[in-house]
Amino acid sequence: MSTPSVLYDAPGPRARRRAAVGGAIATLVVVILIGVAVKRFADQGQFAGQLWGPILNPLDPDFNAVWKLIGRGVLATLTAAVLAIAFSLLIGGAVGVARMMLGRRSRIPIVGLIELLRGLPVVITIYFASRVLPELGVDLTGMPGGSGLWFLVIGLTAYNCVIIAEIIRAGVASLPGGQREAALAIGLTPGATMRLVLLPQAVRVMLPALISQLVVILKDTSLAAVLGLYTELLRQGNLIALNLHNPIQILSVVGVIFILINYNLSRLATWVDQRSVRKVAPKPTEAIPAEVV
Amino acid sequence: MDAITQNLDLFWSGFLRSLTICLWGAVGSLILGTIIATCRVAPVAPLRTFGTAWVTVIRNCPLTVVLVMFAFGLPEIGINADFYTFGLAGLIIYTSAFVCEGLRAGINSVSAGQAEAARAIGLTFTQSLTQIVLPQAFRTSIPPVGSVIIAMIKNSAVVGAFGVGRDLFSVGESLTSAQGYAALPVLTGVAIGYLMMTLPAGLGLGALERRVAIAR
Repeated sequence: MSTPSVLYDAPGPRARRRAAVGGAIATLVVVILIGVAVKRFADQGQFAGQLWGPILNPLDPDFNAVWKLIGRGVLATLTAAVLAIAFSLLIGGAVGVARMMLGRRSRIPIVGLIELLRGLPVVITIYFASRVLPELGVDLTGMPGGSGLWFLVIGLTAYNCVIIAEIIRAGVASLPGGQREAALAIGLTPGATMRLVLLPQAVRVMLPALISQLVVILKDTSLAAVLGLYTELLRQGNLIALNLHNPIQILSVVGVIFILINYNLSRLATWVDQRSVRKVAPKPTEAIPAEVV
Repeated sequence: MDAITQNLDLFWSGFLRSLTICLWGAVGSLILGTIIATCRVAPVAPLRTFGTAWVTVIRNCPLTVVLVMFAFGLPEIGINADFYTFGLAGLIIYTSAFVCEGLRAGINSVSAGQAEAARAIGLTFTQSLTQIVLPQAFRTSIPPVGSVIIAMIKNSAVVGAFGVGRDLFSVGESLTSAQGYAALPVLTGVAIGYLMMTLPAGLGLGALERRVAIAR
């Protein structure tokens, strides 16, 4: 085992033998399961050339069109995600700072709003935006990208801005209290303390969490496909599969694209996390509730 | 507000249906997640590989893609079921990856010194596992796994949007689309229904966390 585990001691000869036998059995089971699945796919003709050809064979008449549509879908997904994360950062930053800087009583509405939006499914906020905004006379049809994109972005932003506000608050709370006291002691106003001392450090601490939230936003853009709002990657895939009658093959491609993007974002988050631990001198103490200490 | 008061029984049945989906989802994903977590920390390399692959693939794939794959992919290879079964299965499999990571984080948070100390005072492997390591790991796992379950409650709306039918989301959709009610009051009712599940769950989780919190 590469890392020492808290669960087991270093294995002796008997344990190693047992692990080897267990490993062989486990491998066998997995291989059999994969074999059954492959046979199932083959029996149902899922490996047929006409199903995979448009994706894998450059000579297939549909090959170029399929990949062009998929590329357009990826671009649409990224557009929605980038817009949503940008608005969420702007609004979420403002909401988070407002919550931290307002007095105990005047921040009640903001805390209420945060709790309310945090408890709602994001698919509801998107659906809400797409149905209620037109009812209230908000007309987004003239916006670049079409109204569907903006309903999606508004719904995603409504949910994610409060998440980001909470991430930033947690980041500021994790800083040593002396930072704020020292800044105030040298005569900075509370606003300047927040802007010049606390936020820059908090964002650094919270960068991994912010990147992880980007993964969530990217995944949630595909909700637009369920609601039929906006032709992003998943809906584009569904449309292609409808024409070519190969849902498994096209959806596998869609899934792999999502997994590749998100896996690399997650790795980036881990990398940033490890890097910041090394660079920032004192690792921020965990916010321990007072009654525990 | 008439839209809510006139259809209160519809909302209530939708709420119960969503609650049922959530309960089965929670039970299923906790069981499956525990199995996957066991694989991930097993002393057997192929099982670990399997667990890691499961988590990596499913965690990075949107729930919607998992659901579409179930609903439109599986029938292609001759596996047929109703949307309710597919939706629930997709939700359980998706959530299991996150439950697994929560449990694993708990196990990893137990410092090796605990197991070494247990060993040093002469506890056997089973004793050290059941009396020293797992109780601590379980306590540390409660916050992350609890958040995962709350997220799953919210994700049950996605399963509803997929066409399970008669759940809270579907009730809202049919009232606004087919029956022509104004969207604002109906969707407010739907939102209240979900908040009735997520807010108490959050409060209960907070209380539980405080109860089992350990000072290290």
